[in-house]
Amino acid sequence: MERTQAPPVQKLRIRFAKRGRLRFASHRDFQRAFERALRRAGVPVAYSQGFTPHPKVSYAGAAPMGAASEAEYLEIAVTEECDPPAVSAALDAALPAGLDIVDVVVADHGSLADRLQASEWSIELPDAPFEALAAAVKAFLAEPVVEVQRMTKNGIRTLDARSAVVRMAVDPAGPTIRLVVRHQSPTVRPDDVLTGLRRLSGLRDTAHVATRLAQGPLDETAGTVGDPFNP
Amino acid sequence: MPVESLFPRLEPLLPSVQKPIQYVGGELNATVKEWDQPGVPMVRWALMYPDAYEVGLPNQGVQILYEVLNEQPGVLAERTYAVWPDLEKLMRQHGIGQFTVDAHRPVAAFDLLGISFATELGYTNMLTALDLAGIPLDAVDRTDEHPVVIAGGHAAFNPEPIADFLDAAVLGDGEEIALAITEVVREWKAEAKPGGRDGLLERLAASGGVYVPKFYDVTYLPDGRIQRVAPNRAGVPWRVHKHTVMDLDKWPYPRKPLVPLAETVHERFSVEIFRGCTRGCRFCQAGMITRPVRERSISTIGDMVQTGLEKSGFEEVGLLSLSSADHSEIGDIATGLADRYDGSNVSLSLPSTRVDAFNITLANELSRNGRRSGLTFAPEGGTERMRKVINKMVTEEDLIRTVATAYSNGWRQVKLYFMCGLPTETDEDVVAIADLARKVIETGREVSGRRDIRCTVSIGGFVPKPHTPFQWAAQADHETVDARLAKLRAAIRSDRNYGKSIGLRYHDGKPSIIEGLLSRGDRRVGAVIRTVWEQSGRFDGWSEHFSYDRWVEATEKALAGTPVDLDWYTTREREYAEVLPWDHLDSGLDRDWLWEDWQDAIDEVEVDDCRWTPCFDCGVCPQLGTEIQVGPTGQKLLPLTVVSDGAPTRG
Repeated sequence: MERTQAPPVQKLRIRFAKRGRLRFASHRDFQRAFERALRRAGVPVAYSQGFTPHPKVSYAGAAPMGAASEAEYLEIAVTEECDPPAVSAALDAALPAGLDIVDVVVADHGSLADRLQASEWSIELPDAPFEALAAAVKAFLAEPVVEVQRMTKNGIRTLDARSAVVRMAVDPAGPTIRLVVRHQSPTVRPDDVLTGLRRLSGLRDTAHVATRLAQGPLDETAGTVGDPFNP
Repeated sequence: MPVESLFPRLEPLLPSVQKPIQYVGGELNATVKEWDQPGVPMVRWALMYPDAYEVGLPNQGVQILYEVLNEQPGVLAERTYAVWPDLEKLMRQHGIGQFTVDAHRPVAAFDLLGISFATELGYTNMLTALDLAGIPLDAVDRTDEHPVVIAGGHAAFNPEPIADFLDAAVLGDGEEIALAITEVVREWKAEAKPGGRDGLLERLAASGGVYVPKFYDVTYLPDGRIQRVAPNRAGVPWRVHKHTVMDLDKWPYPRKPLVPLAETVHERFSVEIFRGCTRGCRFCQAGMITRPVRERSISTIGDMVQTGLEKSGFEEVGLLSLSSADHSEIGDIATGLADRYDGSNVSLSLPSTRVDAFNITLANELSRNGRRSGLTFAPEGGTERMRKVINKMVTEEDLIRTVATAYSNGWRQVKLYFMCGLPTETDEDVVAIADLARKVIETGREVSGRRDIRCTVSIGGFVPKPHTPFQWAAQADHETVDARLAKLRAAIRSDRNYGKSIGLRYHDGKPSIIEGLLSRGDRRVGAVIRTVWEQSGRFDGWSEHFSYDRWVEATEKALAGTPVDLDWYTTREREYAEVLPWDHLDSGLDRDWLWEDWQDAIDEVEVDDCRWTPCFDCGVCPQLGTEIQVGPTGQKLLPLTVVSDGAPTRG
């Protein structure tokens, strides 16, 4: 017995953050928390048709588990016209602390996913010596290709970590690596870049926290990432 | 002095372990209180469910106590769970102790560590937690500085196998006794801990409602049976009684269910619609030890569901009890809730329904919004004779008629639970399950006009439990159980016509034997548990971690030189006069009544449900001053405005 679901009348785009300990939530964990928050906040999200209706939420490129983020994006379809600031406040209140709503806008006509071309990351490595890190980054950037391996559920995968890196520098405060990474397939993650740095330079594997600072259209020349809500 | 959070030292380890989110805490509706409150003498509980977070978090017992305790000023309660072996190893390497997930405080710093045992298979996980917390495994080695280790939950009705490791145990409902224990601890601390740890334990024992194992000595006869269990000091009762909360409407918990970030085994809001059971199924410990029946009223249930959904955002509500369709107002409850949530995506489920109480109206109300979850029934015995022995009075006619109704109303899948290894069981009783399943499919195809009817048979090994009429029974050895299951499998598979429509789920018989050892064990089994743990036994409820051989070797080693062994504890039938390891623990049931019921079982005599027929004198009500509390109240659920009306998100 199928229920007929109300049709969507509006699309909202949401930028959210995963802060602090919440970086250990996987994408699926976030999905569940978000869907519950939609219900608690009373957001009139549209549901799909069929025997097991689910809320119409599309997620764009989730950060890997363990990475924090200031710039994650998703889009939802709603069955009534909504006021973005009100949705933002209600959702933020309904989400656990650390999963925070940064911005809500009404979707314009372009595709959100298409605008997410690159990410800016910071990687803090409090136990790594600055000089060694700076030398490693220099060596990395000098190579045309840096092959790394990553364990996936289908086995070991080899990819080129260098090609996706548009810009990379080390800040002695931290020390912290700042980098801009192009979204491509296979995806190059901060961990892959670190693996590459270690491979090239013998840098030791020390504690690190990666945070995605921004995600959006890529300005190749400037090496910067724009705002997908205002491209 | 405030206690430091272990999280900064834990955090760098998390990227290297499985599912790190389970250790992070921060669940919606979690409560974190200040460790110290100026001018308020605090009592602090660490509550443990001794299994992985994904199993432990949804556990209602722990959630209820967590809320009840935290609601009190001057009481702080936090939760802790079993850490996976990968994190255990890192914690030992880095010197990080067992921690709570709420504020990552060390369990060792709390006044009490309350452990809820739904099953005996968590015993090794308890030892890991104690060890990681730096709490001496043996209760006699603990000082004032260590938390009081206290067990609750159904397995605590026979805590003898873990008696060495426990300071105390409570039987039955935890709400009131946990608050009472808190006050005793508060007074003892305020008076500067007179008598030290033993002084506190003596105060707890004096009430008659808290069992302190070390205040009892157990002596044995040369043949291995227990000679006597007796108090070894004054002020300690010969028998310790269980606790029963009367008027569950006054205890509407949980009010604010914990909503985890991690995935857990149940993602729904659960409401206990009643406690207790009077059906009298002879194998069922839960039914026997939770008597009498005490219902929540329809209005309380309605309120709890409404508040719980608002606070959690769950989409499913579970109406829990041992036999939910037996609630005197279940029809109105189901209709009322279905009406209220009509048009929303909230679904209702009744996890436990007896065949004879099921009816199609109820089932339709529960699936009104279109989500037709599978139907499950538990005939338990394959033949009518077998069902009489276990007192599960379901005739084949009842069963077939019920499933026929289900199939003709659109259900395609039915699950049937059975047990193997029941007392007086023969091969025929188990193979008859195949016939039953065949008839179910045949009827289903007839009434629905479809061939895609399915029936899943799920069959588990029977383990005799304390405080039931079967507590004297010989457990079937695992070879017999495995052989019978093989015959059943062959009988199902050999049927060309129906075989493919019948699914069969079962486990092999070995884990049940260990469960049997732990379930009816006495204090000598403690050495076995410790040996298994020392050999890295953990997570015995998980097939990927459980090792039968490790347990067998441990019994051989730890029980060498004693007159008892694994078979003695499991496959041996007990006599009336034998002192059972739990006889000094009072579940309210009269021992002679249990014995008579055991004899009736062997004679295949049935006994009715005392909710609707005269009392059979099981002993609970007169002994404990309790009574059956059922409706109907005659109320209906008031309609509410739909949840999402008037929310401020509209533009």
